[in-house]
Amino acid sequence: MSLDRAVREKLVRALAESMIEHADELTSLDQAIGDGDHGLNMKRGFLAVLATLPALADKSLPEMLKTIGMTLVMKVGGASGPLVGTFFMELGKALPDQPTRADLVAATDKAINAVKARGRSEAGQKTLLDVLVPVQAVLADGGDARAIAAEAAQAADRTTPMLAIRGRASFLGERSIGHMDPGSRSASLLIGAAVAILEFEAVS
Amino acid sequence: MNNSSSGNVGIVIVSHSPKIAEGAADMVRQMVGDAVPLAWTGGDSDGGLGTNVAGILEAIELAWSPAGVAILVDLGGAETNSEMAVEMLAEDRRASVVVCNAPVVEGAVIAATESSGGSSLAAVKRSAEEFYA
Repeated sequence: MSLDRAVREKLVRALAESMIEHADELTSLDQAIGDGDHGLNMKRGFLAVLATLPALADKSLPEMLKTIGMTLVMKVGGASGPLVGTFFMELGKALPDQPTRADLVAATDKAINAVKARGRSEAGQKTLLDVLVPVQAVLADGGDARAIAAEAAQAADRTTPMLAIRGRASFLGERSIGHMDPGSRSASLLIGAAVAILEFEAVS
Repeated sequence: MNNSSSGNVGIVIVSHSPKIAEGAADMVRQMVGDAVPLAWTGGDSDGGLGTNVAGILEAIELAWSPAGVAILVDLGGAETNSEMAVEMLAEDRRASVVVCNAPVVEGAVIAATESSGGSSLAAVKRSAEEFYA
């Protein structure tokens, strides 16, 4: 995994584009069981992140991730801002400049725990943790980029029959069943975008 | 947003809707006048329904009191963003700002009434939380 400046910039662009391109889809998922602003919120946050390029990619990987996290916290709004922002900030705190897989496994574990604390939530409650936790397990088990992306997509799908326990969707009780969790979908899109870039660089 | 200077605990009202936040603040003012530092914030950074950390930080600053600040919130994101804002405060201020687990309108009025009598931050939080418990 090489993370030079060009890759860092590509990574940021890929993450942002995944949210911008899927904003309408995320919003319609959120209209079904939430307050219908998830797509717009994530798009606003990542447009703000994009606006900090190219200087953003001049930063070291840890500093870049912390800056992305802070931008998301300040710009996304909704509960997703602090949750996704915390994930990026904690990754930034835990990762070295050029991480090994072991570094990434340890850092994602810390970042997931920080998200759990921020949302006072655990996996199984129809939140982004239902994607982050199983994907982290695949990462820890040595899965390649393809396996990680596949698990992210499947994990988001698996939130469809779940009952929401946290967040706005929990107000709907059993009516939250049968709809994919929007936060899980955005998490899976971000993971898919990230591993596509990291995989591409690894084989080049 | 408005403010007054006093040594009483400050009150911050955070709602997804700026109209609700402002209206709740009006109700607080009617009860306690200028006896309590008070600020409100609502809406996302584009002016739509939502909450944002920058607005909450600004409101905490406006309602700041040496006795501390009690924050009243409406739904989930307001709480998560408020907790995030508290963590982003300077370290010596963090312990003096609390998010109350109480309904936003009733909680704000009760908290402000308690504060106007010179109660501590803990007592203000407790009365807001106990009213509907």
